[in-house]
Amino acid sequence: MSTPTPVSSTVHRRVPLFKRLPVISHFNKSVGLQRTMLVIGLVLTGLFLLTAIFAPLVAPYGFAQLSDNDGSFPTQDPPGGKHLWGTTVGGYDVFSRVIWGSQTAIFVIVVAVVLSIFAGVILGLVSGYLGGWLDRILVVVADAIYAFPSLLVAIVMAIVISGGESNLFGGVLAAAISITVVFIPQYFRVIRAETIRLKAEPFVESAKVVGASNVRIMSRHIYRNATRTLPLIFTLNASEAILTLAGLGFLGFGIEPSSAAEWGFDLNKALADTTSGIWWTGVFPGLAIVWTVLGLTLVGESINDLNDPRLRGRKSAGGKGSGPDPTAVAQAALQAEVR
Amino acid sequence: MTTLIEAPPSDADGLLPSKKKSAGGGLGQYIMIRFLLIFPTIFILVTMVFFLMRITGDPITAAMGGRLPPEQLQERIHAAGYDRPLLVQYFEYLAQLITGNFGTTLSDNRKVTEMLATYGSATLELTINALIVALLVGIPFGMIAAHRRDHMPDAVLRVFAILCYATPVFFSGLLFKLTFSVWLGWFPVAGRAKTSSELSLTALQAPTGIYWLDAVRSGNMAALGDVLAHAVLPALALGLLTAGIFLRLVRTNVIGTLGKDYIEAGRSRGVSEFRLVTKHAYKPALIPIITVMGLQIAVMLGGAVLTEKTFEWKGLGFQLANYLTARDFVAVQGIVVLLAVIVAVTNFIVDIVAALIDPRVRY
Repeated sequence: MSTPTPVSSTVHRRVPLFKRLPVISHFNKSVGLQRTMLVIGLVLTGLFLLTAIFAPLVAPYGFAQLSDNDGSFPTQDPPGGKHLWGTTVGGYDVFSRVIWGSQTAIFVIVVAVVLSIFAGVILGLVSGYLGGWLDRILVVVADAIYAFPSLLVAIVMAIVISGGESNLFGGVLAAAISITVVFIPQYFRVIRAETIRLKAEPFVESAKVVGASNVRIMSRHIYRNATRTLPLIFTLNASEAILTLAGLGFLGFGIEPSSAAEWGFDLNKALADTTSGIWWTGVFPGLAIVWTVLGLTLVGESINDLNDPRLRGRKSAGGKGSGPDPTAVAQAALQAEVR
Repeated sequence: MTTLIEAPPSDADGLLPSKKKSAGGGLGQYIMIRFLLIFPTIFILVTMVFFLMRITGDPITAAMGGRLPPEQLQERIHAAGYDRPLLVQYFEYLAQLITGNFGTTLSDNRKVTEMLATYGSATLELTINALIVALLVGIPFGMIAAHRRDHMPDAVLRVFAILCYATPVFFSGLLFKLTFSVWLGWFPVAGRAKTSSELSLTALQAPTGIYWLDAVRSGNMAALGDVLAHAVLPALALGLLTAGIFLRLVRTNVIGTLGKDYIEAGRSRGVSEFRLVTKHAYKPALIPIITVMGLQIAVMLGGAVLTEKTFEWKGLGFQLANYLTARDFVAVQGIVVLLAVIVAVTNFIVDIVAALIDPRVRY
């Protein structure tokens, strides 16, 4: 994540860019337990990313492969030997599907979060800056969606987009868009709150006096300032995106096994195996979900805690003189965002 | 989402215009405004679900398409009135909703209201059980973590809390099933009760549908034991998900209040550490917990869908999954509307309770 940090604070200007990058600056701020949690999170997330990138090299078989030169794969084969983590009822290699699943997960996260940031930021800026009836309507609609169980919103969207069953590349996109709809209200609220605060700042007023258009003020003056909280929400939401994707897959609204590997779908299929004591078809994809969500959550949590002076480790509180904390505002905006 | 602290009522933004008017107004006015806000929330969700579902086509084609010859299909669509303009259908649907008529399901031809009552009670039972687990685990452990902040117990409990959040209910459910029912054989694998106890409970006069309540009322101890054994694993799976959130919330808030001057004053008067945490610091930390509990209802209902599917718990979520597979959109709409009403009403109640406890919440 190479998101630029704000360049407003004079204290920060002397620190080299490298040290101002979100995760690195947080690492330097952390001590003891908090640093351990951040490091563990970073390691888990890093391994997840590496697995996703190098999936073609790591996975011994394709995600939809049912046979090789020696013939068809056995079904429900216990772990060990040729199939490291065993095979499923349909004869898929569990290890390969778990590895390939990381690619699906990352693709869905990125598409979902990018789309929702895009839509959420634009709506939030317009709604907060222009105000009036448009603002009221958008707020009520966003609140209604926000209050509703997110999984159900995603299900409804999945039905709308793909008719409930998806077969190809479109399945990934459908899942991503379903998750997007869940997240838009969150980004919308944060950006809108920031925009309303910034609207009253003198620099916006002076831009108006100079004659800047609304679009220019929104895109230049407010946008830059309002979006600095996004890296934090991104990390917090990425884990939720994975859980939503897995939930959709588990309920049978995910991606067909022949078009992509998806952990939730594999768990759905594994459910029937448990009664006969077959554990490997469910445990490995499940652990993959926990691994990924745990990594992302630890990173997000640590950043969140480090931004909050009340929760930050005591030693780091003094000494550094960090000036006005750029993310203190993010904190305030997120407080309205308790989930 | 996670360890964040005090939440203003969820509609704080929407309240902005009325805020000025009611400044200095009493609790009654606040309750009124908050009550009126329930309706737009429900209305918006109903409207959205209606139109979104209809984009995909009419319910009859969705349910029967391919299984009936086209002429017959057309006939049934016409008979049900699905070939009229969408807006006409929409207003008719709204009018039906107001009179409490949700229609009839397409796949098994039942009254939607009846279906909602039957399965709703099962979901209610699951949610109550899970909430009990969440509170029993979350609050005491949260206090311990806050008290032993930055020490070993805190570290362990925080990792536990994050693990609770990171594990999807269907995976923890699967693990519980594997360990406790298949390998250890302690609890039944799935379902709400054995067929025999289910029969004896539904034969009761005016059953509540909440099995343990019915068993206690009829004094049927064998059935009670059976029902409770079935309830343990689903309640744990769903409860732990929320327990992690409660734990972190209690921890952050108790840490916040433990730093206050009055705690120091209490300590100097010789109040025991235990009492300080459980009485003095805990009470003010409760308010945000109540607020978040309201938001958690939505999370729990979403989780209930997955838990019910995992444990074949025949509630709304289980049925929802079935109806979705059968493309029975009339039933799906009914369930979604009911959930929307539940969410809106709980949020209302939570806001009122928060206002009763803390006068600062009122505007």
